[in-house]
Amino acid sequence: MAKRDRLSGNEAVAVAMRQINPDVVAAFPITPSTEVPQYFASFVADGKVDTEFIPVESEHSAMSACIGAQAAGARTITATSANGLALMWEMLYIAASSRLPVTLAAVNRALSGPININNDHSDTMGARDSGWIQLYGENNQEAYDNLIQAVKIGEHPDVMLPVMDCYDGFITSHAVENIELLEDDEVKAFVGEYNPDFYLNDRENPISVGPLDSVSHYFEHKRLQAEAMKNAKKVILEVAAEFEKLTGRKYGLFEEYMMEDAEIAIVVINSTAGTAKEVVKSLRAKGVKAGLIKIRVYRPFPVDEIVKALKKVKALAVLDKCDSFNAAGGPLFTDVTSALYGRADGIKVINYIYGLGGRDVKTDDIEKVYERLADIAKTGSVGEIYNYFGVRE
Amino acid sequence: MAIVFQKPKALSDVPLHYCPGCTHGIVHRLVAEVIDELGIEGSTIGVAPVGCAVFAYNYFNCDMQEAAHGRAPAVATGIKRANPENIVFTYQGDGDLAAIGTAETVHAAARGENITIIFINNAIYGMTGGQMAPTTLVGQVTQTSPYGRKVEAQGYPIRMSEMLSTLEGPSYIKRCSVDSIKNINDTKRAIKKAFQNQIDKKGFSLVEVLSTCPTNWGLSPVEALDWLRENMIPHYPLGTYKDIDAEQKA
Ligand SMILES: Cc1ncc(C[n+]2csc(CCOP(=O)(O)OP(=O)(O)O)c2C)c(N)n1
Ligand code: SF4
Repeated sequence: MAKRDRLSGNEAVAVAMRQINPDVVAAFPITPSTEVPQYFASFVADGKVDTEFIPVESEHSAMSACIGAQAAGARTITATSANGLALMWEMLYIAASSRLPVTLAAVNRALSGPININNDHSDTMGARDSGWIQLYGENNQEAYDNLIQAVKIGEHPDVMLPVMDCYDGFITSHAVENIELLEDDEVKAFVGEYNPDFYLNDRENPISVGPLDSVSHYFEHKRLQAEAMKNAKKVILEVAAEFEKLTGRKYGLFEEYMMEDAEIAIVVINSTAGTAKEVVKSLRAKGVKAGLIKIRVYRPFPVDEIVKALKKVKALAVLDKCDSFNAAGGPLFTDVTSALYGRADGIKVINYIYGLGGRDVKTDDIEKVYERLADIAKTGSVGEIYNYFGVRE
Repeated sequence: MAIVFQKPKALSDVPLHYCPGCTHGIVHRLVAEVIDELGIEGSTIGVAPVGCAVFAYNYFNCDMQEAAHGRAPAVATGIKRANPENIVFTYQGDGDLAAIGTAETVHAAARGENITIIFINNAIYGMTGGQMAPTTLVGQVTQTSPYGRKVEAQGYPIRMSEMLSTLEGPSYIKRCSVDSIKNINDTKRAIKKAFQNQIDKKGFSLVEVLSTCPTNWGLSPVEALDWLRENMIPHYPLGTYKDIDAEQKA
């Protein structure tokens, strides 16, 4: 039976962790994710979980401890943001290539420098090629639901990859919203026991984790890792279907909002989708055929599905809350356009970088994007592809 | 009207953001007074940490560089090696210096880098809202040790000054406190020596200052000073842990 509650995103994720009752949590505080291990520490202290909680001295050590614990057969969760994620970088790749399904609540914050504690996506976007599955969520409910699903996705025998549950710092992590929680036993039954095929100190099957992998086999192992990421797409959908049965909440690779007959559309990630949906609603009321796609699964990237969803659109804007500094466009833009290339070539696509370092995102800004799309759809003339909104030039 | 008391020149004329009763402000003043008295304002470069002192660059009237969390001693090493004539100091909390940046601290000390480190030990991560630090005392309540630090789970607090003084690299290591007028004066003398050592090219000097965090300790400023005296000083004895001048005299 679902329970209604009011929680911040971080509280909701900490509750999910309590319900999952992982074997090990190793963490180091960083705003705005600090509350996740902090709430969890009180669950540990109050005996509400059986978890070994390790308050390590840095994020590098946090991820290292998670890697050690997960290799030892433990279910492991941690949380971080921005520079904390950056300090984990070396270990992110090792977790993924060692096929250790660690779960990470990645609370999006601008990556230094300059130092900034507010929200954008420069932290997790930088880790997009680290081999982790990345799920993104618009609000508290999605952050909670994604964390529970993340554990089951990562640990699936066809996947065995670590998973990030990404949600926006402050906007989602600190704002309190209504939420529907599962019962503790429902979550426990949903995620089940973690029983990996291989783990350290299994007397029958001695193994080494992370040994030198030279020219003779390194490439094959990377190839298998790539295959696991491909497998993940199917598993993510299976887990979502099972989750829907339990909760009635439907998750896919992305959410399509008023896309059936949309002629102009934007692709966006995380909380801005909420703001943008309001704009779509008001445009629809005026008869404008506007739509929106909100990416949930960014790694693996849902290439074929995105193409199918966008095929009939005339003009499209991809919104990146992160710049790539490639002098060409943001990361999501690059992925979307490369998906469309050769598969849906007629669509005019532009890119907007927005909201860096927590710059406020207003409905007006998004309305202007749709106005420009309407113009492009009408005239066929695209103009500048790589754009910004909300910045002083 | 005659001016009887004013801010040191090395402190800029802006309000500090520190919580009421926080001793970060006292230590800022001491550092600035020393910079004034040694007449090194024009040649001093500071490295700010990540922690409550992150805004130190707004307060010290000298060029400042902001380091990533824990990396100040390495950044300072770079500045000093590039400009040996500059006086380079870092100002770091215990999370910065004794947790995430332990490696940088130990290796700058081991190399005997000719820099000055001001180390604020308040036994907690202040800025992030009061989580356990490596310097948190056994039994101390923090956000991540809600019933007190337990040795079985979280081990023992680190005594950085003692640990660093086992190295050959450092020239001067002293632990002070700012809980009383006498100790504040002592701290100032130590900070001055730590800067003078650098001017005299004597090498790595570190002054650990026992400080309060009334906000995250959940105490009033006065209670916090008492708590420091009653709990921190017994575990972190004040004194000189290394002084090559004294060794040479002996
Ligand atoms: C890589 C990284 N990890 C974590 C943080 C978050 N963080 C900011 S300040 C801080 C602790 C500071 O504590 P301390 O050095 O003791 O200074 P105080 O605030 O107590 O003065 C932490 C963990 C960060 N900025 N960067
Ligand atoms: S949180 Fe603690 S250390 Fe930081 S300014 Fe306030 S009292 Fe000082």
